[in-house]
Amino acid sequence: MFSGFMMNTWIAATIVAVIAGVVGFFAVLRGSTFAAHAIPNGAFAGAAGASLLGISTLIGLAVFSVAGALGIGAFGRRARHDVATALALVLMLGLGALFISVSTEYAQETYSLLFGEVFGVSPDELLPIAILGAASILAIGVIFRPLMLSSAMPEVAEARGVSSARMEMVFLLIMALAASMTVPVVGALLMFSLMIGPPAAARSFTPRPGLAIVLSIAFGLATVWTGIAVSYVTNWPLGFFVGVLGAVFYLAGRAWATLRRTRSVRAAGPGRPAPVTAQPA
Amino acid sequence: MGHFFHYLFEPGLVSSGPVRVALLVGTVVAVTSGVVGVFTVTRGQSFAGHALADVATTGGSGAFLIGLNQFWGFLAFGIGAAAFLEIIGVQRRRGRDVATGVVLGAGLGLAALFLYLDAARTSTTGASFTVLFGSIFVIASSTVPALIASGLIALLVVVVLSRVLLLSSLSPDIAAVRGVPVRAVGAAYLIALAISVSLSAVAIGAVLSTALLIGPAATALRIAKGPVRAMAVSALIGVVATWLGILLAYDSYDWPPHGHGWPVSFFIVALVVIFYLLTYLRRPSRSRSARTASGAAGAHSRSEEGACSAAS
Repeated sequence: MFSGFMMNTWIAATIVAVIAGVVGFFAVLRGSTFAAHAIPNGAFAGAAGASLLGISTLIGLAVFSVAGALGIGAFGRRARHDVATALALVLMLGLGALFISVSTEYAQETYSLLFGEVFGVSPDELLPIAILGAASILAIGVIFRPLMLSSAMPEVAEARGVSSARMEMVFLLIMALAASMTVPVVGALLMFSLMIGPPAAARSFTPRPGLAIVLSIAFGLATVWTGIAVSYVTNWPLGFFVGVLGAVFYLAGRAWATLRRTRSVRAAGPGRPAPVTAQPA
Repeated sequence: MGHFFHYLFEPGLVSSGPVRVALLVGTVVAVTSGVVGVFTVTRGQSFAGHALADVATTGGSGAFLIGLNQFWGFLAFGIGAAAFLEIIGVQRRRGRDVATGVVLGAGLGLAALFLYLDAARTSTTGASFTVLFGSIFVIASSTVPALIASGLIALLVVVVLSRVLLLSSLSPDIAAVRGVPVRAVGAAYLIALAISVSLSAVAIGAVLSTALLIGPAATALRIAKGPVRAMAVSALIGVVATWLGILLAYDSYDWPPHGHGWPVSFFIVALVVIFYLLTYLRRPSRSRSARTASGAAGAHSRSEEGACSAAS
């Protein structure tokens, strides 16, 4: 289970879980769950297009996820956000359907791009994942305070000169960066599950943002590690275990929050925005 | 001119059996999705609509596994997911996207398992493409009555409930004060949404059924005044996009690469998105466009409320 090629899998999955934990925390906090679903899925269509043109999959993924992020950001400002997201997603998937149907021998690759091919990670795939992962986490680190403020209290942030539209765009681009790197490894659907389940669970356990991010990474790691181990033994797809474990963590978090709420008079529900402990300078 | 028509409408278009079925089912799907979609957009539940379609895929791939007709799998999982979403609170504004996302993630995980088992059993991976992207040209004619019936049921539920649904969508508080059982209405609507989405998932594929649900409705809410007109316009746009899509897909057998048609889903989605974008060309100077979709419906809700108070 820990032999040569499996080591790459463990390393890649660990990096992905950390990225998903950090980016996903903000996705959940901002309620950008739909975008978190749409961007990796749209990126999948880009990979299909790239393989049709015979260029690197990575370029296709990057182009489509960035285009998707820009489209959602730009149109989300002028129309309803969920409508813009839905239409950007279907447009990209429609193109994906076209690319896949034109290139005939693509079924296996379609499956692995959607559901991941985590057991086939080559050593030279690790470096770009690590670099882009570090870049997206660094970017979040740089804009941490304004992003936090604009996510939790958009009006206050706006009053302090943090444009929520610009913040949204920056965040979507970071998400696109994270997606384009992780989709070929873990698949579009898995990336989404990792970005939602563990962070949502973490937020139910603690209102403190710093702790929630740490917990979110921990849950993500627990999810992928368990998933890989069980998947290695049973040969069932990793996506199944990640999806189910994410839901289990979330339900546990909801149960815990409910339990705590019934105990304390203080009605601090799981859905409330986390109080911002870090005051912006 | 005759030559042009001959070019546009390939000979054999209307006499071809699969095309007739496609046109019939496509119309039912487009009308149902168009009408249901107006409420989906007004209620801001696009993500729920998309998630239901995706979770329905899980049912589709499960049905594939046990050799059942896909449609029943789509329907069973779609309705099941709708019930689950309702229980964990999709109707609340806060936190519902996360709840939807978690259900979607779990559903997709299950889909991965089913598709893997499908592939292991039949040693083909074609199942994933069929289930995810579907094709309106390969609908078994034995399913057609069931498809049409379920479309009509969904349509009927939404039309009968449209008045209370609209009120509870726009202002749940006022609806509750007026004695509307907001939660029950919402649940009934969610079931109708699940049926409609399963239907279009079979027709144009699970991932793309969102296009017919959201696109025409969002377009209609931008250009039509009032929910009734919006529903009519939305259904019309959906039908036009579907017919044109089928026509183009049929024509595309002559396009490169030869002997291989382009997918209908692509054309329908592209047309739906183009229609939506055209509404932005029409009124570029509208400054309040940020909330146009709700604005159009909101303006009518006031007159609807007026009508309500006048009636009472």
